[in-house]
Amino acid sequence: MNPIKRASLAKIGMSLFGVTGFSSMLYAANKHAKNIDGQRRVIQIEARKFAFSPAVIIVRKGEKVTLALKAMDFTHGFQLPDFKLRRDLVPGQVVNVDFSPDHEGEFDFLCDNFCGSGHENMSGKLIVIAAA
Amino acid sequence: MIDRRGFLKLSAVGGGAVFLSGLYGIAQAAPDVGDFYFVQLSDCHWGYRGEANPESQNTLRKAIVSVNALALRPDFIIFTGDLTHTTDDPKERRQRMAMFKDIVSELNVKDVRFIPGEHDAALDAGAAFKEYFGATYYSFDHKGVHFIALDNVSDAGARLGEVQLQWLQQDLAQQSKDAKIIVFTHRPLFDLAPKWDWATRDGNEAIDLLMPYTNVTVFYGHIHQQHHQMTGHITHHAAKSLIFPLPAPGSQDKRTPLPWDAAQPFLGLGFREVEESINDNIIVEFPVVKA
Repeated sequence: MNPIKRASLAKIGMSLFGVTGFSSMLYAANKHAKNIDGQRRVIQIEARKFAFSPAVIIVRKGEKVTLALKAMDFTHGFQLPDFKLRRDLVPGQVVNVDFSPDHEGEFDFLCDNFCGSGHENMSGKLIVIAAA
Repeated sequence: MIDRRGFLKLSAVGGGAVFLSGLYGIAQAAPDVGDFYFVQLSDCHWGYRGEANPESQNTLRKAIVSVNALALRPDFIIFTGDLTHTTDDPKERRQRMAMFKDIVSELNVKDVRFIPGEHDAALDAGAAFKEYFGATYYSFDHKGVHFIALDNVSDAGARLGEVQLQWLQQDLAQQSKDAKIIVFTHRPLFDLAPKWDWATRDGNEAIDLLMPYTNVTVFYGHIHQQHHQMTGHITHHAAKSLIFPLPAPGSQDKRTPLPWDAAQPFLGLGFREVEESINDNIIVEFPVVKA
């Protein structure tokens, strides 16, 4: 699904069902994520001009997560300011970012390497829901 | 009759304060401007085409007419970046810079200075900018004030970089601790809104170098609106743009342009003059066109 449509769908869903309920549904259906030994969930994220895919990431508080970031066309940046995470994403290489969110809420992430005319719109949202 | 500077001081709130208004009538009334003043224009984004400014072909030209109409000519004019709107095509980038340079040649002030914004310089590390406008960072002195122009955009990741920081350190070493210092940048040096990329990755290192100096003011662009903030004793003033205004820092998910208001064209756009004296600076905001 187009990341913009996915983000819009998430917003509509959250307004209809409430953030927690709908986010839990999306969490369960996240095709970009897989578990390693039941310990750490790996979420694959692609960065290309001018969007992240997926643009909405849903994790649980306290969950061990690896964001497996891959730039497809440019040395994009990945920054998640509220968790003080940032990486340069060299095209073709997977950059793994391990973290475990310690607070719930919605947090913006963005490309912070200027990449062209749509750079200002290249962002996404991390949603941290309650622990299971 | 009160003179112009006296009027501004009455309207301001002490040293470094701001008077926010278009003052064309006042400007024409009295010639006393204190020691000197300069004009700051920012974020022209020449080459932008979009709904946020259906007058994008005319806005810069109208602003130049307004600057030329100021009752007293400023000592110099500074453009604080994003002279042009970004393009992936190097040839088109140069065409936009050439056209921008041709348009601003209509300014009736000889001393016009430029620094790049990320739209000008980030995709080619400042190569085209240097061809048309010269160095991306530099310093100069004018009537007792030391001016420092910094480049926090030629690096796509918004870093000043070690080389420039060392240059800054050496440049500042020539100044007394109470020297009057004015810094020009495109991006804010401090973390204004990191989630919108309104920051400089190593800006704190520049601020640390500036902190021992007691009389420092920073003028910047990038955020397309007035904004005034202190980091310690250093004041930072963001300027309006000449293309479209942006929302208040971090106030919504995306930093999308505020919509054009056909009933109030050019609303939220403008330029400023900065009056310098030994004890203070007074900022006067002007709209693109005279009301």
